[in-house]
Amino acid sequence: MSFQKSLFIPLAAFLSMTIFLGFGFQLENAKVLPSALIDKPLPNFQLRDLQSGQMLRSASDLIGEVALINVWGTWCPNCVIEHPELLKISREQNVKIFGINYRDNDDEAKTWLRKYKDPYVFSVSDDQGTLAIDLGVYGAPETFVIDKNGVIRKRHVGPLNAKVWEEELKPIVDHLKGLEE
Amino acid sequence: MIPELGNFSLMLALALSLGLTIFPALGVRSKNMVFMRTGSSLALGVFLFMLVSFFCLLYAFVNDDFTVTYVANNSNTALPLPYKISAIWGAHEGSFLLWTLIMSGWTLAVAVFNRSLTTDITARVLAVLGGLNVGFLAFLLFASNPFERSLPFHPQDGADLNPLLQDFGLIVHPPMLYMGYVGFAVPFALAIATLTAGRLDSAWARWSRPWTNAAWAFLTIGITLGSWWAYYELGWGGWWFWDAVENASFMPWLVGTALVHSLAASEKRGVFKSWTVLLAIAAFSLSLLGAFLVRSGVLTSVHAFAVDPLRGVFILVFLILVVGGSLFLYAFRGGLSKNRANFSWQSREAFILSNNLLLVVSAAAILIGTLYPLFYEVVSGGAKISVGPPYFNAVFVPLMGVLFLFMIFSPFSKWGDTNLRLVLSENKWWILSVIIGVVITSFFLGDNVFFKGLLLKFLAALILFFLFKNLLQRKTKLSASYTGMFLAHSGIAVAILGVVVTTYYSEGKDVRMEPGDKLDLSGYQFEFFGVEKVRGPNYLADQGEILITRDGKKVAILRPEKRFYPVAQDVMTEAAMHVTPFRDLYIALGEPVGEKAWAVRVNVKPFVRWIWFGGLLIALGSFITLFDGRYRAIKEKKARLFSAEVAT
Repeated sequence: MSFQKSLFIPLAAFLSMTIFLGFGFQLENAKVLPSALIDKPLPNFQLRDLQSGQMLRSASDLIGEVALINVWGTWCPNCVIEHPELLKISREQNVKIFGINYRDNDDEAKTWLRKYKDPYVFSVSDDQGTLAIDLGVYGAPETFVIDKNGVIRKRHVGPLNAKVWEEELKPIVDHLKGLEE
Repeated sequence: MIPELGNFSLMLALALSLGLTIFPALGVRSKNMVFMRTGSSLALGVFLFMLVSFFCLLYAFVNDDFTVTYVANNSNTALPLPYKISAIWGAHEGSFLLWTLIMSGWTLAVAVFNRSLTTDITARVLAVLGGLNVGFLAFLLFASNPFERSLPFHPQDGADLNPLLQDFGLIVHPPMLYMGYVGFAVPFALAIATLTAGRLDSAWARWSRPWTNAAWAFLTIGITLGSWWAYYELGWGGWWFWDAVENASFMPWLVGTALVHSLAASEKRGVFKSWTVLLAIAAFSLSLLGAFLVRSGVLTSVHAFAVDPLRGVFILVFLILVVGGSLFLYAFRGGLSKNRANFSWQSREAFILSNNLLLVVSAAAILIGTLYPLFYEVVSGGAKISVGPPYFNAVFVPLMGVLFLFMIFSPFSKWGDTNLRLVLSENKWWILSVIIGVVITSFFLGDNVFFKGLLLKFLAALILFFLFKNLLQRKTKLSASYTGMFLAHSGIAVAILGVVVTTYYSEGKDVRMEPGDKLDLSGYQFEFFGVEKVRGPNYLADQGEILITRDGKKVAILRPEKRFYPVAQDVMTEAAMHVTPFRDLYIALGEPVGEKAWAVRVNVKPFVRWIWFGGLLIALGSFITLFDGRYRAIKEKKARLFSAEVAT
């Protein structure tokens, strides 16, 4: 069979492009995956405490023991849905929960917490969404597990429920607590 | 129950597509007519089950079934019904369902309208299309299933459709675009079928033409709608942004344009056949690449689409199989036809060749510009850069200028050889007066005469002039092909005029306005009355009120809005416009900047509608070519031959 070399040019061009795309794809995924911040320290921040409205909180206020950080907002229907589970965890489990009130109105947020009860040690008011951006948050609700050194160990996107807690978060929390002792 | 039915239908469609890939191909191998003819009924089956599946998702959306994850993520009880329907293609999974439904629709169309094809070519084409269906369906079922449920814990209400997509433009834009993208699968399948059959003849080009023109017309509409949507929805009056998503649709369009023309040369003169096959492969490959770019998140913003790595890998593998495989086949079989190159440099063949080179080079330049940031990121180890309009305009506009220069003479060009000197000398006074006419009207349009803009206007005016001159000189009856060519080429000229005039003569201002403030722009006076709160079905809005007058007479009252969608937590700018064929008055509300003061953007955009009107003319022309007697005559002749065979 006779063939012309020039006819192979398109194939060669395509294959070299594919290799690049393949590389690019891996690269992009490294950032896209929820694991981007896993094993990285919590980004630092300076945000107002939601309840007092005055006091500034920073990352060091969250560090010290294994804890959950929950991103929430009054505008988020799934936050209402996951809320009972957060209350249950704060009541029954020996783990602190901190809140990031994401792109919200302070007064509405405080009313919301009175209405649905407050499971958080405290919430910070991230009304500009800066901390959420640093955390790479897609939307609310999202929950992070940090260890006693403030290193992010786990991220869950979407509402918490008994199943997620038992299967995904609790084992990690228990494991990290085990390391503590 | 209904979502499960939808899912089950997808499985059945997948099984039938597998059959569609295998049986006709087996028939071709064993020369078994019965097997070859199974294609039609299998294609019908695939389409019907896709339709069932599509209606199941529709049902889930209309009935607010938030147990279905996709519905919960993209709808809301407060969402108006038309948007609940269009929310089906509001995100990844559903738009791929639509894509696959359209794919099965084109496959069915080939199974129905194939009388001019021989049985074995039909079988090969259907087998190739079946294979593509298998790929898309497998992707839907295993990597991107819109019917997945979040049970037992499902949200009480949905997260709402992205407000950017809650708009009429977005109801119609994706289906048109997909019709175009996926439609290129038909010429692609025909190319693969002829390559495997080893019969690269003019008949193949004739079969491909109506299909290519149809797909290309849909793509044209899709791109036009996209541009129109971006203009009024993104809030600052631009109509083309050179972003990756737009480029993804523009590249197959450019290559498709080249294909439409080179198919003509292949059909009429038997030239460029190998090249035409390559274009057919390239047009569809770029469509797939478009899907890859937009949907995998390689180039788009990380936040635009939540990315699942499995999907990207699947699309990449699929892309390698389809594109790599067909280019591999082309490398070995593409040289089968020997072209007899027998035309002068002024012939229509030469014109088409230059058209093809310019279009393909433009598409390649856009491809490089679109992928360059990614290359750079890989090479530099993560540094982000962006290639924007400066690059694309610098490369694309001159190339198009040369293309339009060739286009001027296309109606007078003849196969084999054209006496260009005669055409020029016959029309020299006309050409001169057209040029002078353009200069004079430009002075009336505005104070500034821009050299580049002027050049493009000459070109557009001359294209129109020669088209009409040729039309008036024609003695034979107008064929659908000629009418189509005439409309499509006029559409290009109209669009060029729109682009040039809008680009060079638009006026716009960003101003701070308090109630009672007035602004003069381009002879219009804009008076701001203030902003009040209004409530929409699923949003709250600040609505401004602006009175526009000209010479003391009222032109319009416009009410631009700044909408806040509480569920999606998004703020959208809803620009208000007053439209006539010759200018748009465009007002967008910015941010509040004081007690009662607002930032307001006011634009006067002359001729902007011509861009989209031109686009629609192009598409209309391309659709009209489908009615050319040539294609029907062949079908009838073929049918007569066939019935004669049966009778004897």
